[in-house]
Amino acid sequence: MVDQVVLTGHRPATSVGRPGLRRPRVNGWALLVLPGLIFTLIAFGWPLAEVLVRSFGGEGAAHNYSVTFTTPAYRSALVSTLLTSAAVTVSCLVIGYPYAYLMAMSRRTELLLALILLPIWTSFLVRTYAWQIWLQDTGVINTTLQKLGIIDDPLELIRNRLGVTIGMTGILLPFAILPLYTVMRRIDRELVRAAENLGARPSVAFRRVFVPLSLPGVYSAALLVFVLALGFYIAPAILGGTSSPTLSTVIVDKVQRELDFHTASAIGITLLAVAIVVLTLGSRVVRIRDVFGGGAP
Amino acid sequence: MSTRARRRALQLTLAIPAAFLLVAPTLVVVPMSFTESPILSFPPKGFSTQWYEAVASSDAWQMATWHSLVIAVLSSMVATVLGTLTAFGLARGIFPGKSVAQAILLSPAIVPIVLIGIGTFFAYSRVGLVGTMAGLVIAHAALALPLVLITVTATIETIDPSIELAAANLGASPVRTFLQVTLPVIRPGVIAGALLAFVTSWDELVVSLFLTQPLLHTLPVEMWSSVREQLDPGVAAVSTLLVALSTVGLVMTFFLRLRQQRSA
Repeated sequence: MVDQVVLTGHRPATSVGRPGLRRPRVNGWALLVLPGLIFTLIAFGWPLAEVLVRSFGGEGAAHNYSVTFTTPAYRSALVSTLLTSAAVTVSCLVIGYPYAYLMAMSRRTELLLALILLPIWTSFLVRTYAWQIWLQDTGVINTTLQKLGIIDDPLELIRNRLGVTIGMTGILLPFAILPLYTVMRRIDRELVRAAENLGARPSVAFRRVFVPLSLPGVYSAALLVFVLALGFYIAPAILGGTSSPTLSTVIVDKVQRELDFHTASAIGITLLAVAIVVLTLGSRVVRIRDVFGGGAP
Repeated sequence: MSTRARRRALQLTLAIPAAFLLVAPTLVVVPMSFTESPILSFPPKGFSTQWYEAVASSDAWQMATWHSLVIAVLSSMVATVLGTLTAFGLARGIFPGKSVAQAILLSPAIVPIVLIGIGTFFAYSRVGLVGTMAGLVIAHAALALPLVLITVTATIETIDPSIELAAANLGASPVRTFLQVTLPVIRPGVIAGALLAFVTSWDELVVSLFLTQPLLHTLPVEMWSSVREQLDPGVAAVSTLLVALSTVGLVMTFFLRLRQQRSA
Protein backbone atom coordinates (compact mmCIF):
# COMPACT_ATOMS: atom_id res chain seq x y z
CA MET A 1 0.00 0.00 0.00
CA VAL A 2 2.79 2.42 0.94
CA ASP A 3 4.70 1.49 -2.20
CA GLN A 4 1.66 2.19 -4.28
CA VAL A 5 1.09 5.57 -2.66
CA VAL A 6 4.70 6.58 -3.37
CA LEU A 7 4.49 5.24 -6.91
CA THR A 8 1.35 7.17 -7.78
CA GLY A 9 2.78 10.36 -6.42
CA HIS A 10 0.09 10.78 -3.79
CA ARG A 11 2.65 10.74 -1.08
CA PRO A 12 1.11 12.28 2.02
CA ALA A 13 2.97 15.33 3.28
CA THR A 14 3.53 13.79 6.71
CA SER A 15 5.80 11.07 5.37
CA VAL A 16 8.20 13.43 3.62
CA GLY A 17 11.69 13.03 5.02
CA ARG A 18 10.57 10.28 7.36
CA PRO A 19 11.01 7.09 5.36
CA GLY A 20 10.58 4.91 8.43
CA LEU A 21 6.98 6.06 8.99
CA ARG A 22 4.31 3.41 8.37
CA ARG A 23 1.15 4.37 6.48
CA PRO A 24 -0.52 7.54 7.80
CA ARG A 25 -3.88 7.45 9.55
CA VAL A 26 -5.45 10.11 7.37
CA ASN A 27 -4.51 11.68 4.04
CA GLY A 28 -5.85 14.59 1.98
CA TRP A 29 -7.95 12.48 -0.36
CA ALA A 30 -10.11 11.45 2.60
CA LEU A 31 -11.62 14.96 2.68
CA LEU A 32 -13.31 14.28 -0.67
CA VAL A 33 -15.56 11.70 0.97
CA LEU A 34 -17.11 14.25 3.31
CA PRO A 35 -19.54 16.14 1.01
CA GLY A 36 -21.09 12.94 -0.36
CA LEU A 37 -21.18 11.29 3.04
CA ILE A 38 -22.84 14.26 4.74
CA PHE A 39 -25.33 14.57 1.88
CA THR A 40 -26.23 10.87 2.07
CA LEU A 41 -26.63 11.02 5.85
CA ILE A 42 -29.01 13.98 5.63
CA ALA A 43 -30.98 13.16 2.46
CA PHE A 44 -31.17 9.40 3.03
CA GLY A 45 -30.04 8.54 6.57
CA TRP A 46 -32.36 11.00 8.26
CA PRO A 47 -35.47 9.63 6.47
CA LEU A 48 -34.52 6.09 7.51
CA ALA A 49 -34.06 7.27 11.10
CA GLU A 50 -37.52 8.87 10.96
CA VAL A 51 -39.04 5.52 9.94
CA LEU A 52 -37.17 3.71 12.71
CA VAL A 53 -38.31 6.24 15.33
CA ARG A 54 -41.91 6.05 14.14
CA SER A 55 -41.86 2.26 14.31
CA PHE A 56 -41.22 2.69 18.06
CA GLY A 57 -43.82 5.43 18.51
CA GLY A 58 -47.60 5.47 18.92
CA GLU A 59 -48.57 2.65 21.21
CA GLY A 60 -44.95 1.51 21.46
CA ALA A 61 -42.55 -0.71 19.61
CA ALA A 62 -43.90 -3.93 21.14
CA HIS A 63 -47.39 -3.14 19.91
CA ASN A 64 -46.35 -2.00 16.42
CA TYR A 65 -44.15 -5.00 15.72
CA SER A 66 -46.50 -7.56 17.26
CA VAL A 67 -49.27 -6.16 15.06
CA THR A 68 -46.96 -6.73 12.09
CA PHE A 69 -46.48 -10.39 12.89
CA THR A 70 -49.84 -11.35 14.39
CA THR A 71 -52.34 -9.66 12.05
CA PRO A 72 -53.23 -12.34 9.47
CA ALA A 73 -53.32 -9.83 6.61
CA TYR A 74 -49.76 -8.61 7.27
CA ARG A 75 -48.45 -12.08 7.92
CA SER A 76 -49.86 -13.31 4.63
CA ALA A 77 -48.37 -10.24 2.91
CA LEU A 78 -44.97 -11.18 4.34
CA VAL A 79 -45.36 -14.78 3.17
CA SER A 80 -46.62 -13.56 -0.20
CA THR A 81 -43.61 -11.23 -0.59
CA LEU A 82 -41.17 -14.06 0.17
CA LEU A 83 -42.97 -16.58 -2.08
CA THR A 84 -43.23 -14.15 -4.99
CA SER A 85 -39.56 -13.16 -4.67
CA ALA A 86 -38.53 -16.82 -4.56
CA ALA A 87 -40.68 -17.69 -7.59
CA VAL A 88 -39.32 -14.72 -9.53
CA THR A 89 -35.72 -15.65 -8.62
CA VAL A 90 -36.15 -19.26 -9.75
CA SER A 91 -37.84 -18.35 -13.03
CA CYS A 92 -35.26 -15.62 -13.78
CA LEU A 93 -32.46 -18.16 -13.30
CA VAL A 94 -34.12 -20.91 -15.33
CA ILE A 95 -35.02 -18.58 -18.21
CA GLY A 96 -31.91 -16.40 -18.00
CA TYR A 97 -29.27 -19.13 -17.80
CA PRO A 98 -29.59 -20.38 -21.41
CA TYR A 99 -29.60 -16.79 -22.67
CA ALA A 100 -26.44 -15.91 -20.75
CA TYR A 101 -24.89 -19.16 -22.03
CA LEU A 102 -25.71 -18.21 -25.61
CA MET A 103 -24.14 -14.79 -25.03
CA ALA A 104 -20.99 -16.33 -23.58
CA MET A 105 -20.68 -18.76 -26.50
CA SER A 106 -21.31 -16.17 -29.25
CA ARG A 107 -18.56 -14.14 -30.86
CA ARG A 108 -20.79 -11.17 -31.60
CA THR A 109 -22.75 -10.31 -28.48
CA GLU A 110 -23.82 -6.76 -29.38
CA LEU A 111 -27.41 -7.63 -30.37
CA LEU A 112 -27.91 -9.99 -27.42
CA LEU A 113 -26.52 -7.33 -25.07
CA ALA A 114 -28.72 -4.63 -26.60
CA LEU A 115 -31.81 -6.79 -25.93
CA ILE A 116 -30.85 -6.72 -22.22
CA LEU A 117 -29.87 -3.07 -22.02
CA LEU A 118 -32.96 -1.65 -23.73
CA PRO A 119 -35.30 -2.87 -20.97
CA ILE A 120 -32.87 -1.59 -18.31
CA TRP A 121 -33.04 1.82 -19.90
CA THR A 122 -36.83 1.72 -20.21
CA SER A 123 -38.70 2.71 -17.10
CA PHE A 124 -40.12 0.10 -14.72
CA LEU A 125 -43.49 1.76 -15.07
CA VAL A 126 -43.58 1.50 -18.87
CA ARG A 127 -42.58 -2.15 -18.73
CA THR A 128 -45.12 -2.98 -16.03
CA TYR A 129 -47.78 -1.22 -18.06
CA ALA A 130 -46.72 -3.25 -21.12
CA TRP A 131 -47.13 -6.45 -19.12
CA GLN A 132 -50.61 -5.33 -18.20
CA ILE A 133 -51.41 -5.04 -21.93
CA TRP A 134 -50.20 -8.62 -22.40
CA LEU A 135 -51.89 -10.19 -19.41
CA GLN A 136 -55.22 -8.41 -18.88
CA ASP A 137 -58.58 -10.00 -19.75
CA THR A 138 -58.75 -8.14 -23.07
CA GLY A 139 -54.98 -8.37 -23.47
CA VAL A 140 -52.76 -9.97 -26.08
CA ILE A 141 -52.63 -13.49 -24.64
CA ASN A 142 -56.31 -13.88 -23.76
CA THR A 143 -57.57 -12.31 -26.99
CA THR A 144 -55.31 -14.51 -29.10
CA LEU A 145 -56.27 -17.71 -27.28
CA GLN A 146 -59.96 -16.83 -27.53
CA LYS A 147 -59.71 -16.08 -31.27
CA LEU A 148 -57.99 -19.43 -31.78
CA GLY A 149 -60.86 -21.10 -29.93
CA ILE A 150 -58.58 -22.64 -27.30
CA ILE A 151 -60.38 -20.97 -24.39
CA ASP A 152 -63.85 -19.51 -23.95
CA ASP A 153 -63.36 -17.30 -20.90
CA PRO A 154 -60.23 -15.26 -20.32
CA LEU A 155 -57.57 -16.89 -18.17
CA GLU A 156 -56.86 -15.15 -14.88
CA LEU A 157 -53.38 -13.93 -15.65
CA ILE A 158 -53.59 -10.67 -13.76
CA ARG A 159 -54.72 -9.40 -10.36
CA ASN A 160 -53.05 -12.41 -8.73
CA ARG A 161 -49.63 -13.75 -7.80
CA LEU A 162 -49.21 -15.35 -11.22
CA GLY A 163 -49.44 -11.98 -12.96
CA VAL A 164 -47.02 -10.38 -10.52
CA THR A 165 -44.55 -13.24 -10.95
CA ILE A 166 -44.70 -13.12 -14.77
CA GLY A 167 -44.31 -9.34 -14.87
CA MET A 168 -41.50 -9.21 -12.31
CA THR A 169 -39.65 -12.06 -14.04
CA GLY A 170 -39.72 -10.08 -17.27
CA ILE A 171 -38.63 -6.88 -15.53
CA LEU A 172 -35.82 -8.43 -13.44
CA LEU A 173 -34.50 -10.80 -16.10
CA PRO A 174 -31.68 -8.43 -17.21
CA PHE A 175 -30.43 -8.32 -13.60
CA ALA A 176 -30.15 -12.12 -13.63
CA ILE A 177 -28.55 -12.41 -17.08
CA LEU A 178 -25.80 -9.80 -16.56
CA PRO A 179 -24.09 -11.44 -13.53
CA LEU A 180 -24.50 -14.89 -15.15
CA TYR A 181 -22.90 -13.63 -18.37
CA THR A 182 -20.06 -11.88 -16.53
CA VAL A 183 -19.03 -15.14 -14.86
CA MET A 184 -19.65 -17.41 -17.87
CA ARG A 185 -17.56 -15.20 -20.15
CA ARG A 186 -14.52 -15.81 -17.97
CA ILE A 187 -14.87 -19.61 -17.94
CA ASP A 188 -12.05 -21.23 -19.87
CA ARG A 189 -13.76 -23.14 -22.66
CA GLU A 190 -10.71 -25.38 -23.04
CA LEU A 191 -11.74 -27.06 -19.79
CA VAL A 192 -15.03 -28.20 -21.31
CA ARG A 193 -13.25 -29.29 -24.47
CA ALA A 194 -10.68 -31.20 -22.42
CA ALA A 195 -13.46 -33.10 -20.66
CA GLU A 196 -14.97 -34.00 -24.05
CA ASN A 197 -11.58 -35.10 -25.39
CA LEU A 198 -11.21 -37.35 -22.38
CA GLY A 199 -14.42 -39.09 -23.39
CA ALA A 200 -17.20 -37.19 -21.60
CA ARG A 201 -20.37 -36.73 -23.62
CA PRO A 202 -21.09 -33.02 -24.33
CA SER A 203 -24.04 -33.03 -21.92
CA VAL A 204 -21.90 -34.58 -19.19
CA ALA A 205 -19.03 -32.15 -19.84
CA PHE A 206 -21.49 -29.26 -19.62
CA ARG A 207 -23.08 -30.52 -16.41
CA ARG A 208 -19.90 -31.58 -14.61
CA VAL A 209 -17.50 -28.85 -15.78
CA PHE A 210 -19.31 -25.77 -17.08
CA VAL A 211 -22.21 -25.60 -14.63
CA PRO A 212 -20.07 -25.85 -11.46
CA LEU A 213 -17.78 -23.11 -12.79
CA SER A 214 -20.79 -20.89 -13.48
CA LEU A 215 -22.19 -21.23 -9.95
CA PRO A 216 -20.69 -17.93 -8.66
CA GLY A 217 -22.75 -16.18 -11.34
CA VAL A 218 -25.85 -18.12 -10.32
CA TYR A 219 -25.42 -17.08 -6.68
CA SER A 220 -24.86 -13.42 -7.58
CA ALA A 221 -27.86 -13.39 -9.90
CA ALA A 222 -30.08 -15.11 -7.33
CA LEU A 223 -29.10 -12.71 -4.55
CA LEU A 224 -29.53 -9.61 -6.71
CA VAL A 225 -32.92 -10.65 -8.11
CA PHE A 226 -34.27 -11.82 -4.75
CA VAL A 227 -33.31 -8.61 -2.91
CA LEU A 228 -34.62 -6.37 -5.71
CA ALA A 229 -37.85 -8.41 -5.83
CA LEU A 230 -38.40 -8.03 -2.06
CA GLY A 231 -38.66 -4.26 -2.42
CA PHE A 232 -40.75 -4.13 -5.60
CA TYR A 233 -43.77 -1.89 -5.44
CA ILE A 234 -44.89 -0.95 -8.97
CA ALA A 235 -45.41 -4.46 -10.36
CA PRO A 236 -47.36 -5.82 -7.37
CA ALA A 237 -49.50 -2.67 -7.28
CA ILE A 238 -50.43 -2.77 -10.98
CA LEU A 239 -50.42 -6.50 -11.76
CA GLY A 240 -51.38 -7.89 -8.36
CA GLY A 241 -54.56 -5.97 -7.66
CA THR A 242 -55.92 -6.17 -4.15
CA SER A 243 -56.02 -9.95 -3.85
CA SER A 244 -52.35 -10.62 -3.10
CA PRO A 245 -50.75 -7.61 -1.42
CA THR A 246 -47.02 -7.57 -0.71
CA LEU A 247 -45.33 -5.77 2.17
CA SER A 248 -44.57 -2.83 -0.14
CA THR A 249 -48.18 -2.34 -1.20
CA VAL A 250 -49.38 -2.75 2.39
CA ILE A 251 -46.96 -0.03 3.57
CA VAL A 252 -48.09 2.48 0.93
CA ASP A 253 -51.72 1.68 1.68
CA LYS A 254 -51.19 2.22 5.41
CA VAL A 255 -49.54 5.60 4.88
CA GLN A 256 -51.69 7.00 2.09
CA ARG A 257 -55.12 5.73 2.98
CA GLU A 258 -55.13 4.97 6.69
CA LEU A 259 -52.49 7.50 7.78
CA ASP A 260 -51.25 4.81 10.16
CA PHE A 261 -47.60 5.82 10.17
CA HIS A 262 -46.50 3.67 13.11
CA THR A 263 -47.66 0.32 11.75
CA ALA A 264 -46.42 1.26 8.27
CA SER A 265 -43.00 2.06 9.74
CA ALA A 266 -42.85 -1.21 11.70
CA ILE A 267 -43.74 -3.17 8.54
CA GLY A 268 -41.14 -1.17 6.60
CA ILE A 269 -38.39 -1.92 9.11
CA THR A 270 -39.42 -5.59 9.01
CA LEU A 271 -39.02 -5.56 5.22
CA LEU A 272 -35.59 -3.94 5.57
CA ALA A 273 -34.60 -6.52 8.19
CA VAL A 274 -35.57 -9.34 5.82
CA ALA A 275 -33.46 -7.76 3.06
CA ILE A 276 -30.48 -7.37 5.40
CA VAL A 277 -30.74 -10.98 6.61
CA VAL A 278 -30.83 -12.21 3.01
CA LEU A 279 -27.84 -10.03 2.08
CA THR A 280 -25.88 -11.15 5.14
CA LEU A 281 -26.51 -14.80 4.32
CA GLY A 282 -25.67 -14.08 0.69
CA SER A 283 -22.43 -12.29 1.55
CA ARG A 284 -21.01 -15.61 2.77
CA VAL A 285 -21.17 -16.85 -0.80
CA VAL A 286 -20.64 -13.76 -2.96
CA ARG A 287 -19.06 -10.30 -2.66
CA ILE A 288 -21.91 -7.85 -2.22
CA ARG A 289 -20.05 -5.03 -3.97
CA ASP A 290 -19.64 -7.18 -7.07
CA VAL A 291 -23.35 -8.02 -7.09
CA PHE A 292 -24.60 -4.45 -6.96
CA GLY A 293 -21.77 -3.02 -9.04
CA GLY A 294 -22.31 -5.56 -11.82
CA GLY A 295 -25.91 -4.56 -12.45
CA ALA A 296 -24.99 -1.07 -13.63
CA PRO A 297 -24.97 -0.93 -17.44
CA MET B 1 -20.48 -31.13 -37.97
CA SER B 2 -24.16 -31.93 -37.69
CA THR B 3 -23.86 -32.42 -33.94
CA ARG B 4 -22.34 -28.95 -33.71
CA ALA B 5 -25.18 -27.48 -35.73
CA ARG B 6 -27.68 -29.32 -33.56
CA ARG B 7 -26.00 -28.02 -30.42
CA ARG B 8 -26.17 -24.49 -31.80
CA ALA B 9 -29.87 -24.90 -32.62
CA LEU B 10 -30.51 -26.13 -29.08
CA GLN B 11 -28.68 -23.11 -27.64
CA LEU B 12 -30.77 -20.72 -29.73
CA THR B 13 -34.06 -22.45 -28.91
CA LEU B 14 -33.46 -22.42 -25.16
CA ALA B 15 -32.65 -18.69 -25.28
CA ILE B 16 -35.95 -17.80 -26.99
CA PRO B 17 -38.07 -17.50 -23.81
CA ALA B 18 -35.64 -14.96 -22.36
CA ALA B 19 -35.48 -12.98 -25.61
CA PHE B 20 -39.26 -12.92 -25.70
CA LEU B 21 -39.60 -11.74 -22.09
CA LEU B 22 -37.01 -9.02 -22.73
CA VAL B 23 -38.40 -7.60 -25.94
CA ALA B 24 -42.08 -8.37 -26.40
CA PRO B 25 -43.51 -6.26 -23.55
CA THR B 26 -41.71 -3.11 -24.59
CA LEU B 27 -42.73 -3.51 -28.22
CA VAL B 28 -46.42 -4.11 -27.56
CA VAL B 29 -46.92 -0.50 -26.47
CA VAL B 30 -45.95 0.77 -29.93
CA PRO B 31 -48.89 -0.71 -31.92
CA MET B 32 -51.28 -0.03 -29.03
CA SER B 33 -50.44 3.68 -29.12
CA PHE B 34 -51.71 4.04 -32.70
CA THR B 35 -55.15 2.54 -32.06
CA GLU B 36 -58.37 4.35 -33.01
CA SER B 37 -60.23 2.73 -30.15
CA PRO B 38 -60.77 4.77 -26.97
CA ILE B 39 -60.10 1.75 -24.78
CA LEU B 40 -56.93 -0.20 -24.39
CA SER B 41 -57.85 -3.59 -25.86
CA PHE B 42 -55.98 -5.94 -28.13
CA PRO B 43 -55.69 -5.99 -31.10
CA PRO B 44 -55.47 -2.24 -31.84
CA LYS B 45 -58.12 -1.04 -34.29
CA GLY B 46 -57.21 1.05 -37.34
CA PHE B 47 -54.44 3.62 -37.33
CA SER B 48 -54.59 7.00 -35.67
CA THR B 49 -52.21 9.47 -34.11
CA GLN B 50 -55.01 10.92 -31.96
CA TRP B 51 -53.42 9.74 -28.71
CA TYR B 52 -50.18 11.49 -29.54
CA GLU B 53 -52.14 14.65 -30.34
CA ALA B 54 -54.05 14.31 -27.07
CA VAL B 55 -50.84 13.93 -25.08
CA ALA B 56 -49.03 16.74 -26.91
CA SER B 57 -51.88 19.19 -26.32
CA SER B 58 -52.42 18.26 -22.67
CA ASP B 59 -51.22 20.77 -20.09
CA ALA B 60 -50.86 18.04 -17.49
CA TRP B 61 -48.48 15.95 -19.61
CA GLN B 62 -46.51 19.03 -20.68
CA MET B 63 -46.04 20.30 -17.14
CA ALA B 64 -45.11 16.83 -15.90
CA THR B 65 -42.49 16.46 -18.64
CA TRP B 66 -41.03 19.87 -17.81
CA HIS B 67 -40.87 19.09 -14.08
CA SER B 68 -39.24 15.72 -14.74
CA LEU B 69 -36.66 17.28 -17.02
CA VAL B 70 -35.66 20.03 -14.56
CA ILE B 71 -35.52 17.64 -11.60
CA ALA B 72 -33.54 15.04 -13.55
CA VAL B 73 -30.98 17.60 -14.79
CA LEU B 74 -30.46 19.20 -11.37
CA SER B 75 -30.38 15.96 -9.37
CA SER B 76 -28.00 14.26 -11.81
CA MET B 77 -25.66 17.28 -11.55
CA VAL B 78 -25.66 17.06 -7.75
CA ALA B 79 -25.22 13.27 -7.79
CA THR B 80 -22.44 13.39 -10.39
CA VAL B 81 -20.34 16.03 -8.60
CA LEU B 82 -20.74 14.44 -5.16
CA GLY B 83 -20.41 10.89 -6.50
CA THR B 84 -17.20 11.65 -8.41
CA LEU B 85 -15.56 13.38 -5.43
CA THR B 86 -16.60 10.54 -3.15
CA ALA B 87 -15.28 7.93 -5.56
CA PHE B 88 -11.82 9.54 -5.40
CA GLY B 89 -12.05 9.87 -1.64
CA LEU B 90 -12.85 6.17 -1.24
CA ALA B 91 -10.38 4.97 -3.88
CA ARG B 92 -7.38 6.99 -2.65
CA GLY B 93 -8.26 8.29 0.78
CA ILE B 94 -6.79 6.80 3.90
CA PHE B 95 -8.92 7.28 7.00
CA PRO B 96 -10.37 5.22 9.83
CA GLY B 97 -13.89 3.85 9.30
CA LYS B 98 -13.56 3.73 5.51
CA SER B 99 -15.58 0.53 5.12
CA VAL B 100 -18.38 2.02 7.24
CA ALA B 101 -18.41 5.15 5.08
CA GLN B 102 -18.54 2.99 1.99
CA ALA B 103 -21.44 0.93 3.36
CA ILE B 104 -23.39 4.09 4.20
CA LEU B 105 -22.74 5.59 0.77
CA LEU B 106 -23.89 2.45 -1.08
CA SER B 107 -26.87 1.67 1.19
CA PRO B 108 -29.49 3.64 -0.82
CA ALA B 109 -29.04 1.01 -3.54
CA ILE B 110 -30.27 -1.85 -1.37
CA VAL B 111 -32.90 -0.35 0.96
CA PRO B 112 -36.44 -1.16 -0.30
CA ILE B 113 -37.69 1.85 -2.22
CA VAL B 114 -41.00 2.07 -0.37
CA LEU B 115 -39.13 2.50 2.90
CA ILE B 116 -37.13 5.37 1.39
CA GLY B 117 -40.40 6.83 0.11
CA ILE B 118 -42.20 6.98 3.46
CA GLY B 119 -39.03 8.02 5.33
CA THR B 120 -38.43 10.88 2.91
CA PHE B 121 -42.04 11.90 3.33
CA PHE B 122 -41.74 11.91 7.16
CA ALA B 123 -38.41 13.75 7.21
CA TYR B 124 -38.93 16.26 4.43
CA SER B 125 -42.37 17.27 5.72
CA ARG B 126 -40.65 18.55 8.88
CA VAL B 127 -38.70 21.12 6.88
CA GLY B 128 -41.34 21.95 4.27
CA LEU B 129 -39.67 20.09 1.41
CA VAL B 130 -42.68 17.91 0.55
CA GLY B 131 -44.37 19.07 -2.64
CA THR B 132 -41.37 21.15 -3.69
CA MET B 133 -38.93 20.86 -6.56
CA ALA B 134 -35.99 21.09 -4.12
CA GLY B 135 -37.26 18.09 -2.15
CA LEU B 136 -37.50 15.96 -5.29
CA VAL B 137 -34.04 17.05 -6.47
CA ILE B 138 -32.44 16.15 -3.12
CA ALA B 139 -34.23 12.79 -2.84
CA HIS B 140 -33.40 11.77 -6.42
CA ALA B 141 -29.76 12.85 -6.03
CA ALA B 142 -29.48 10.66 -2.91
CA LEU B 143 -30.84 7.67 -4.88
CA ALA B 144 -28.47 8.27 -7.80
CA LEU B 145 -25.28 8.97 -5.83
CA PRO B 146 -24.38 5.27 -5.24
CA LEU B 147 -24.80 4.54 -8.96
CA VAL B 148 -22.41 7.36 -9.91
CA LEU B 149 -20.03 6.20 -7.19
CA ILE B 150 -19.96 2.63 -8.55
CA THR B 151 -19.55 3.76 -12.16
CA VAL B 152 -16.77 6.28 -11.48
CA THR B 153 -14.92 3.97 -9.06
CA ALA B 154 -14.70 1.37 -11.83
CA THR B 155 -13.07 3.99 -14.08
CA ILE B 156 -10.63 5.24 -11.42
CA GLU B 157 -9.31 1.71 -11.06
CA THR B 158 -8.28 1.76 -14.73
CA ILE B 159 -6.11 4.92 -14.45
CA ASP B 160 -2.48 4.27 -15.32
CA PRO B 161 -0.56 5.66 -12.30
CA SER B 162 2.46 6.56 -14.44
CA ILE B 163 0.66 9.41 -16.25
CA GLU B 164 -0.11 11.19 -12.97
CA LEU B 165 3.44 10.58 -11.80
CA ALA B 166 4.71 12.03 -15.08
CA ALA B 167 2.59 15.16 -14.65
CA ALA B 168 3.86 15.59 -11.08
CA ASN B 169 7.47 15.06 -12.18
CA LEU B 170 7.03 17.71 -14.85
CA GLY B 171 6.11 20.17 -12.15
CA ALA B 172 2.29 20.18 -12.17
CA SER B 173 0.66 20.85 -8.82
CA PRO B 174 -1.61 18.09 -7.43
CA VAL B 175 -4.70 20.20 -8.22
CA ARG B 176 -3.53 20.84 -11.78
CA THR B 177 -2.65 17.17 -12.26
CA PHE B 178 -6.13 16.24 -11.11
CA LEU B 179 -7.93 18.74 -13.36
CA GLN B 180 -5.80 18.39 -16.48
CA VAL B 181 -4.67 14.76 -16.41
CA THR B 182 -6.89 12.65 -14.17
CA LEU B 183 -10.30 14.14 -14.96
CA PRO B 184 -9.99 13.84 -18.77
CA VAL B 185 -9.03 10.18 -18.38
CA ILE B 186 -12.07 9.31 -16.28
CA ARG B 187 -14.48 11.52 -18.27
CA PRO B 188 -16.28 8.63 -20.02
CA GLY B 189 -17.01 7.08 -16.62
CA VAL B 190 -18.29 10.38 -15.23
CA ILE B 191 -20.55 10.90 -18.26
CA ALA B 192 -21.87 7.35 -17.95
CA GLY B 193 -22.55 7.96 -14.25
CA ALA B 194 -24.32 11.23 -15.04
CA LEU B 195 -26.54 9.50 -17.64
CA LEU B 196 -27.38 6.78 -15.14
CA ALA B 197 -28.24 9.43 -12.54
CA PHE B 198 -30.43 11.26 -15.06
CA VAL B 199 -32.33 8.08 -15.95
CA THR B 200 -32.73 7.20 -12.26
CA SER B 201 -34.47 10.50 -11.60
CA TRP B 202 -36.39 10.51 -14.88
CA ASP B 203 -37.91 7.08 -14.08
CA GLU B 204 -38.29 7.42 -10.34
CA LEU B 205 -41.86 6.83 -9.21
CA VAL B 206 -42.20 5.55 -5.65
CA VAL B 207 -40.36 8.27 -3.73
CA SER B 208 -41.90 10.89 -6.05
CA LEU B 209 -45.40 9.61 -5.21
CA PHE B 210 -44.80 10.76 -1.64
CA LEU B 211 -43.11 14.06 -2.49
CA THR B 212 -45.28 15.41 -5.32
CA GLN B 213 -48.51 17.37 -5.03
CA PRO B 214 -51.21 17.80 -7.70
CA LEU B 215 -49.54 20.91 -9.13
CA LEU B 216 -46.09 19.32 -9.19
CA HIS B 217 -46.45 15.97 -10.94
CA THR B 218 -43.46 14.34 -12.57
CA LEU B 219 -43.86 12.27 -15.74
CA PRO B 220 -43.87 8.89 -13.95
CA VAL B 221 -46.38 10.20 -11.37
CA GLU B 222 -48.63 11.49 -14.16
CA MET B 223 -48.36 8.12 -15.92
CA TRP B 224 -49.10 6.33 -12.68
CA SER B 225 -52.34 8.19 -12.11
CA SER B 226 -53.38 7.60 -15.74
CA VAL B 227 -52.58 3.89 -15.54
CA ARG B 228 -54.55 3.51 -12.32
CA GLU B 229 -57.50 5.71 -13.20
CA GLN B 230 -58.32 5.40 -16.87
CA LEU B 231 -56.84 2.83 -19.20
CA ASP B 232 -56.90 4.95 -22.33
CA PRO B 233 -54.18 4.51 -24.97
CA GLY B 234 -52.70 7.93 -24.14
CA VAL B 235 -50.31 6.22 -21.73
CA ALA B 236 -49.27 3.87 -24.56
CA ALA B 237 -48.34 6.94 -26.63
CA VAL B 238 -46.28 8.37 -23.77
CA SER B 239 -44.68 4.95 -23.22
CA THR B 240 -43.75 4.71 -26.90
CA LEU B 241 -42.09 8.11 -26.73
CA LEU B 242 -40.19 7.03 -23.61
CA VAL B 243 -39.06 3.78 -25.27
CA ALA B 244 -37.81 5.82 -28.22
CA LEU B 245 -35.95 8.10 -25.82
CA SER B 246 -34.31 5.20 -23.97
CA THR B 247 -33.23 3.74 -27.31
CA VAL B 248 -31.47 7.03 -28.05
CA GLY B 249 -29.84 6.94 -24.60
CA LEU B 250 -28.73 3.36 -25.15
CA VAL B 251 -27.18 4.18 -28.52
CA MET B 252 -25.41 7.17 -26.93
CA THR B 253 -23.82 5.06 -24.19
CA PHE B 254 -22.88 2.47 -26.78
CA PHE B 255 -20.85 5.04 -28.73
CA LEU B 256 -19.44 6.39 -25.47
CA ARG B 257 -18.16 2.94 -24.59
CA LEU B 258 -16.78 2.48 -28.10
CA ARG B 259 -14.83 5.73 -27.79
CA GLN B 260 -13.58 4.71 -24.38
CA GLN B 261 -12.35 1.38 -25.75
CA ARG B 262 -10.63 3.08 -28.66
CA SER B 263 -8.83 5.61 -26.47
CA ALA B 264 -7.77 2.92 -23.98
